[in-house]
Amino acid sequence: MAQILGGVFTSHVPAIGGAIARGQEQDPYWSPFFDGFKPIHRWLATAKPDVAVVFYNDHGLNFFLDKMPTFAVGAAESYHNADEGWGLPVQKAFKGDAALSWHIIEGLVEDEFDITTCQSMLVDHALVVPFQLCWPGGGAWPVRVVPIAINTVQHPLPSPKRCLALGRAVGKALRSWQGDERIVVFGTGGLSHQLDGSRAGFINQRYDRFCMDNLGPAPDALTTISALDIVEEAGSQGIEIVNWIAARGALGEDVTELSRNYHIPISNTAAATMLLASEPTALEKAA
Amino acid sequence: MGAIESIEAGPAARRAIPGTPVFDGDAAARGYALNAMCYSFNSAENRAAYQADEEAYFDRFNLTQEQREAVRARDVLKMIEAGGNIYYLAKLAGIYGLNVQDVGAQQTGMSVEAFRQMLLDAAHQQEEA
Repeated sequence: MAQILGGVFTSHVPAIGGAIARGQEQDPYWSPFFDGFKPIHRWLATAKPDVAVVFYNDHGLNFFLDKMPTFAVGAAESYHNADEGWGLPVQKAFKGDAALSWHIIEGLVEDEFDITTCQSMLVDHALVVPFQLCWPGGGAWPVRVVPIAINTVQHPLPSPKRCLALGRAVGKALRSWQGDERIVVFGTGGLSHQLDGSRAGFINQRYDRFCMDNLGPAPDALTTISALDIVEEAGSQGIEIVNWIAARGALGEDVTELSRNYHIPISNTAAATMLLASEPTALEKAA
Repeated sequence: MGAIESIEAGPAARRAIPGTPVFDGDAAARGYALNAMCYSFNSAENRAAYQADEEAYFDRFNLTQEQREAVRARDVLKMIEAGGNIYYLAKLAGIYGLNVQDVGAQQTGMSVEAFRQMLLDAAHQQEEA
């Protein structure tokens, strides 16, 4: 049966992609962030996942306001990156896993999540940058991908509680998949940051630390407030923490924190990276 | 309170977060043309067309007068008032070679240098916290 290995949680600031393009990973401004991936590189080399399920948000590459799904699940054989308008080099395409995508879709609808399914879906920096961070060097991506996009653009946004439930339902579907895939889950974006309004540049370390401290052991603690409350606590774009919350839900009950990095600032953002390993379920232990 | 008044009082009116635009249905409807124009800037060809003739490009996307004036003035806060969403507006800013720190500086009335320093100072607050 399929195995969920763990979760990679990371900021996805576009400027990180720019720094990679310019080879600035070890510059003093950037190295405190990039160095946070060393333990993740070691873990990935051992864990050897072959599928990544990625919870992220689209920033106006694939989705526009004409049709704005709350939750959208990719079901394509491949996914392409494309020009986002401000100069990031377009990255190589990603292989999908359509059969697993449809299995997840079946499971989600069975569990009464009324999702949107996408057989054609461009993926933006929110998926691409975390992949570049995890698998640097420009070779072929070593994993197939199932992208799951959460609306963080147009209010009303899904509640944090609903995002956690979505992630748990995805985890349930993954654990019922009959293939022998080794799965890593991604939650991208955050932590606190705000790009718009006269509060632009807002950062809230207290709230970020609360999120990082509770994500592993007590994820429900992140869901006691509304999406608008999170906007107030974490900034307009800090709401991307809902991607982390959903990804955490997919990991199952018990996780072990293997690494954590928190660095201010990357561009306008309090940047964070965490690695949580899933504990095998009783069923998996028995297998 | 009539039904119409309660409809007009949308989510943004019910919940005000200081200095923080909430891009809700009202804003999304009001800003549709401006955001559609900015979304088109994912294409290099469209960016070139805009740069070649900004006014004609406004016509093509039926921007409101308020939106045209905000874009002509390169005034991000006014674009947001006119329904612009920062994710799409960032594509317009990109045409002018401006990043989110330039845009943040403009909105907060700071120099870019002061805005960057504010973010660097946030790291020291972290150490004190």
